[in-house]
Amino acid sequence: MATIEIDGVQYQVEAGESLLPVCLALGFDLTYFCWHPALGSVGACRQCAVIHYHDPEDQKGRLVMACMTPVADGMRLSIEAEQAREFRRDNIELLMINHPHDCPVCEEGGECHLQDMTLMSGHTTRRYRGRKRTHKNQYLGPFINHEMNRCIACYRCVRFYGDYAGGKDLQVFGMHNNVYFGRFEDGVLENEFSGNLVEVCPTGVFTDRTFSAHYARKWDLQTAPSVCAHCGLGCNTAPGERYGELRRVINRYNGEVNGYFLCDRGRFGYGFVNSPDRILKPRMHDRMDITPEAAQQQLCDWLADRAIGIGSPRASLEANFALRSRVGEENFFLGLGDNEQSLLEAIVEILRHGGIRSPSLREVEQADAVLILGEDVTHSAPRLALSLRQSVRNAAFERARSLNIAPWLDKPVREQQIDHRSPLFIASVCATRLDDAAADTYRGSPEDIARLGFAIAHDLDPGAPEPAGLNDDARALAVAIADCLRQARRPLVVAGTASASHAVIEAAYNVAKALPAKDRQLTFTVPECNSLGLAMMGGRRLRQAFEAVRDAGRVIILENDLYRRAPAWEVDAFLQAAGRVAVIDCLSSKTAEKAALLLPAATFAETDGTLVNNEGRAQRYFQVYPAPEPVRGSWQWLSAGMDNLSFDALTAACAEAFPALTAITQAAPGAGFTVDGMKIPRQPRRYSGRTAMEAHINISEPQRPVDPETPFTFSMEGAAADVPAALEPIIWAPGWNSNQAVNKFQDGIGGHLRGGDYGIRLIEASGALDWFNAIPDAFKPVKSQWRIILLPHIFGSEELSLRSPPLAERSPSPLAMLNPSDASALAVQAGDSVEISCFSGGPIVVLPVSIEPSLPAGLLGITAGRQETQRFRQSEPATLKKALGEVPS
Amino acid sequence: MDKMDKPLTQNIEPDRLFATLADYERTGGYQGLRKAVKELQPKEVQQWVKDAELRGRGGSGFPAGLKWSLVPMDDARQVRYLIANGDEMEPGTFKDRFLLEKDPHQLIEGMIIAAYAIQARTAYIFLRAEYHLAARRLEQALQEARAKDYLGERILNSDFSLDIHLHTSAGRYICGEETALINALEGKRAHPRTKPPFAVVSGLWGRPTVVNNIETLCNVPHIIRYGVEWYKGLGRGADHGTKLFGASGRVKRPGLWELPMGTPIREIFEEQAGGMQAGFSLRGLLPGGASTEFLLPEQLDVPMDYEAVAKAGSRMGTGGLIILDDKTCPVKMVLNLELFFAQESCGWCTPCRDGLPWAAALLQDIVEGRGRLEDLETLSGLTRMMGLGHTFCALALGAMEPLQSALKFFRADFERYITGAGEG
Repeated sequence: MATIEIDGVQYQVEAGESLLPVCLALGFDLTYFCWHPALGSVGACRQCAVIHYHDPEDQKGRLVMACMTPVADGMRLSIEAEQAREFRRDNIELLMINHPHDCPVCEEGGECHLQDMTLMSGHTTRRYRGRKRTHKNQYLGPFINHEMNRCIACYRCVRFYGDYAGGKDLQVFGMHNNVYFGRFEDGVLENEFSGNLVEVCPTGVFTDRTFSAHYARKWDLQTAPSVCAHCGLGCNTAPGERYGELRRVINRYNGEVNGYFLCDRGRFGYGFVNSPDRILKPRMHDRMDITPEAAQQQLCDWLADRAIGIGSPRASLEANFALRSRVGEENFFLGLGDNEQSLLEAIVEILRHGGIRSPSLREVEQADAVLILGEDVTHSAPRLALSLRQSVRNAAFERARSLNIAPWLDKPVREQQIDHRSPLFIASVCATRLDDAAADTYRGSPEDIARLGFAIAHDLDPGAPEPAGLNDDARALAVAIADCLRQARRPLVVAGTASASHAVIEAAYNVAKALPAKDRQLTFTVPECNSLGLAMMGGRRLRQAFEAVRDAGRVIILENDLYRRAPAWEVDAFLQAAGRVAVIDCLSSKTAEKAALLLPAATFAETDGTLVNNEGRAQRYFQVYPAPEPVRGSWQWLSAGMDNLSFDALTAACAEAFPALTAITQAAPGAGFTVDGMKIPRQPRRYSGRTAMEAHINISEPQRPVDPETPFTFSMEGAAADVPAALEPIIWAPGWNSNQAVNKFQDGIGGHLRGGDYGIRLIEASGALDWFNAIPDAFKPVKSQWRIILLPHIFGSEELSLRSPPLAERSPSPLAMLNPSDASALAVQAGDSVEISCFSGGPIVVLPVSIEPSLPAGLLGITAGRQETQRFRQSEPATLKKALGEVPS
Repeated sequence: MDKMDKPLTQNIEPDRLFATLADYERTGGYQGLRKAVKELQPKEVQQWVKDAELRGRGGSGFPAGLKWSLVPMDDARQVRYLIANGDEMEPGTFKDRFLLEKDPHQLIEGMIIAAYAIQARTAYIFLRAEYHLAARRLEQALQEARAKDYLGERILNSDFSLDIHLHTSAGRYICGEETALINALEGKRAHPRTKPPFAVVSGLWGRPTVVNNIETLCNVPHIIRYGVEWYKGLGRGADHGTKLFGASGRVKRPGLWELPMGTPIREIFEEQAGGMQAGFSLRGLLPGGASTEFLLPEQLDVPMDYEAVAKAGSRMGTGGLIILDDKTCPVKMVLNLELFFAQESCGWCTPCRDGLPWAAALLQDIVEGRGRLEDLETLSGLTRMMGLGHTFCALALGAMEPLQSALKFFRADFERYITGAGEG
C-alpha cells in the first residue's frame, strides 16, 4: 500500500499501479484517450497530465502523464493545478484541430468519449484557423462503418485489433498529422472481434453499421441486463430497443465473464429478433390465425392428456421446466441430438464430480499453460478464444516483472513476448484461428486427438491409462506438452462438444486430473446458450421420444427445430406419428411448418429467463421491451394453466426440483427487489419523446406497460442511485456518457463490478472421478471412404444469428473440405463439387470442395449447422464422387 | 597538430578517395581490437571507456561506458545486440557521413570492440536512407574485415565471434531516436518506445541492446589503443577527446573539422570556417544542428563542451553550427525548420503530431501576411506545450528550441511581418 496526496487530500492506494486508473478508481474525473483498462498504458495521447511535486516543499511541480507514472508512497500530486488543467485543455484543442464538428449527425454523439473529455477539459474556443485534413473512408464489411475524418489518433483501434485480438488487417499508415487507421484496401475486417472497435474507439471513426440501419441515440434506447443467446459462454450484453424494435447489442461489463469485449456473432447476431420470419401470431395448421385465447385453450387441452414435451438448449431453464412440469418427468425429452446429449451429460458429470475447477473467462486469461483438445475455439466459443490469446501473454508479464517493468506498461511487456510466451497447445482436426498464438499444434481425427490427450495424461501421471501403439511423433509431442503442463502453476485444459467425441472429453479430464498444479482448471465449450443448464436439468433422449410418440400422440416442442437434431427422415416419421404437434418458437423453421398449433414465443429481448453457461454460471436475461401482443414468453404459454405462475415462482420451483440448480434463484433479484422503494428504470433519464412517440395514434400518452415479473420498469422513472452495478441497464455517470462510465461502477478499474459480478456459479469443484479407460484405436483411413467431421463456423453454424442479415452475409457457403491427397485421388480441385453419399442412407448431397492441407487424409470436413448440411452426422462414413455439371444452388 | 591529435580523421587525406583496409592498418588500424580481445576482459574494456569519459556524440552526451555497464552481463546465454546509429538526419549535420565515407574501417573496429565489451554476437549499422556511398563503402569494408578474420567466428583466434549487418533506413528523422530506430529495425513503425525499460535492458527483439552514435564508436579503437590518459589529454575543457565540428551557412569556408572538445565556438567560426562571407554579418547561430536554441554573436566565446553550451542556453547537440546571417530572415528560417519537424513527427503523441503542424501553419501565416499579434502568444504556448517531459520523446522538444529562442531574440522580426512592416 501507498499513501498519496492528491490536491491536498490523502488516499491509501496500491503502490506500483498506474496513477491514471488509481485516480479514476478514486472517482476523479481525469481525461484520457489512449489508455484503456484492458489495453494498458502507452502514453500516446498526453491527455492525463497531472502535476507531480518533487517533495513537500516543491511548489511548482512537474507535469507528468498519470497513465505512465507508477504510484509510489508519499507522492504528492495535483489534478486541479492550473498548469495541469491548462495542458489538458490545450491538448484537447490540438486533438480537435482536425476533428469535424459533425456531432449532430455522428452516431457516436451522446455516448462519445471525445465529447465527454472535451467538456471535462474545458476546451471551448478554437484558435486554429487552417483547413482540416480529410481522409477517404473504407468499406469494412457489413458490421462496421468507417469515418476517418473523426480520428484523433489515439491508436486504441490497432492496439485492440492487432495486439489484443490478433487481427492482421487493420493497421496504421502514414505519419505526422496524417496517420490513417484502416485496411490496406477496402474490404471486410477479418477478425472475429472487430465489433469491439465500436466501443474501443473513443469517437465516431468505427461505428456499428447494423445500428446505422435503424439508429437511435443512446439516451433514447430502452435497455435491460441481458445475456448473449448465441453460444454457451454467456457473455453479458446490453440490448437497446426503440419503437418495439431491437436496435443494437453492446457489451455489458462482467468482471468474471466477458469483461469489456464481445465477439461479432454476439454483437451483430441480434437481427433475428426483427426478422420477417418471426412467428407473431398463434396459428392452427393450414396457417390459419387464431386468437391467443383459443391457442392457449388448445395448448391446455392437449396438455391435459398425456403429451410428449421436447425441451431446448436455447430456451431458458424456466421455459424448459414449465414444459417438464406440464408433461411430467417421464414425458420430457431434452431435444438434443443423442450424441450431443451424451457428451453434455459426460461434461456435467465431470464438472460436478470431477474435482477440477471450471474457470471463468477471467481465470482463463490467467492460465500459464493451455491444452486445447479437439476445438477450434474461435468458431465453437468465440469469446473464449480471445481470453486464451491473452493467456499466452502471462510469460511476458512474468518476464517483465523480473525486469522491473510494470505490467500495465503495454508496449514494453509486449516487447518481451518474442522470447516469452506461455505455451498454448492446440490439437484439432485442422488449422484453427488461434494457431498463430500456439506453441505447437497437432492435427488428427477426434480419436487421435483423444489418444494424444490420454498419452499426455499418462506422461503426467503413470497411473493414467496409456494409449497403445501411439506413433513416435505423437508420443514425443505428448511428452513435450506434458512437460510444459507439469511446470505450469495455473494449467488449463480446454475441450468441448465440437469434436463430438466422448474420448476427447474423457481424455481432457484425464489430463486435468493428472496435472500436479493445485490451480489446475478444465473448461468445456458447449454449443448453445443453455446447453449446460438443460443437461443439468436432465431428461430423456430424443430417440426415446421418437419411440414414445406411438403411445402419446401429442407433442409439444419448445423453441427447437428438430431437423437440426436428428436425421430428417426420423423427424419426419416422428412428426407424422405424433398427429398433433404444438410448436412454441420465435422463428419459422422446418419443424414449425409442421405444427398443428403454432405459438409465438418471445425472444431473449422480450421475456425473462435463466441460462447456465459453460462455466456453470446461472445468469438471468431480462425483458428489454414488451413483446408485441400476442407474442409471449414460452414459459408464459406453458404456465398459463398453472394458476398463472409468476416468473419468480417458476424459477423457485425449478430450483427446488433440481438440487444442482438450487442457487439459480440467486442469479439475479426477483420482482420484489427495489432500491429505496423504487424499481429500476429501463430507460435513461434523458429518454426523449415519450409523450410524442405514439401521438400519431392517440395524443394522450399511453399508460406505461407494467412489468410484474422483474425489478425493472418500462419507464425513465425509478431508482436513480445505489442500483447494484450488475443490474444497471444503462452504464452512465455524470460527465461520462460513453461506455467508459463503467469505471465508476467497478471495484478497482478492470476488476469486479461493485456489489459483485453478474450471475452465480452453480458448480464448484468437488469429488474425483476414476481415470477414463476407454481409449479409442487410432484412426485408419479406409480406401474410398471418408469420415465426416462437422466444423462449426462463427458466422455459419448458430441457428438464431444466421437469421440476422449482416451475419448471414458473413457466413461462408457450406463446403466439403478435403486433404490435398484425397482431392487428387478423387481428381477434384478447389471449386469443383463432390457428391456425398452417407452410409446411413438419405439423399446425396453435392457441395463445393475446398482443399485444406491441415486436414488429415480420410476425413471430410463439412460446415456445421447449415440447412444444406443438416443431414450429416458427426463421424458418419461417406463415399465421395466428383460431381459433374452445375452445382445445385 | 600532428595526426595523434586528430585520431578520428588521421586516415582522411584530401587526395585520397577513402581509407582502404591497407590504409587503415598502416596507421595502426585494428590494433585496438587485437589488444581488446587478446589482453582485456569485456568488463575491462567497459571500464576503460568509462574512465575515458567518452560521451555520446549523437547529441545527448550520455556517457558511453556507463551505457555499456548497464547491460546485464550475468547470463552467458543472454543474447545482446549492438547497434551503430548512422541515421544522421539532423539538419546541418554531416559528421557521421564523413567518417563513414572516408574511413569505414574505423567504425567497424569500434563496433567490434564495443560488441566485445558487451558480449554481443550480432551488431547492426542503421544507416540513413540517402547515404548510398557510405552504404557501398561499408559493405565493402565489412567484406574485407570478414576476410581478414576481424569479423565472423572466433575473431583473431579468440573466443569472441561477431557479425555486423548493414541496414539502410527507409528514411525518417525519428529513426535517429534509438528506440524508434530499434522498432524500425524490427520492421515496425518507427515510433519511439516507452522508457524505462531502456534499450540496454530491453531493446532489439526485447533483448539488451546498446545503441551508439557512429562518431562515438569511432573514438573507441583509439581509447583502447592509446589509453585513457592519452585520450583525456585531448580535450581542452571539461569533456575529453576530439570531435568533428561543422559549420554551414554564409561563412567563408563551410566545412567539418576535427578539434578538441571544448574548442570555443569563435575558433570554429573564425579560424576554421573563416568567418562570414563578405557583405554578411553574424546574427546568431544554432550550435548543434536544427534542434538547438539560437546563440547570439556575444556568445562566441562559449567552449563547445556539453555543460558550457547548456549553460549558455542551448545544446552542443551534434556540433554542427548553423549560421544565421543578417540578410536571412530568422522567421523564415524557423518556418523552414518547423516544416521539417512537422513533417518528421512520427504521429504517436498529440502535442508533436498536431502541435508542430499548427506551429508551422502559424509561421506560414505570419510570413505570408496573415499573422496576428496573438499568434505569437499561441506560438509561445505551443513551445510550452511541447516542453520537457510533455511529449513522448524529445523530437518536439528539440523542434521547439529554435522557435522559442527565435521568439525571444528576434521578436521584432516576427512583429514586423504582422504589423505590415514586411520582412526583416
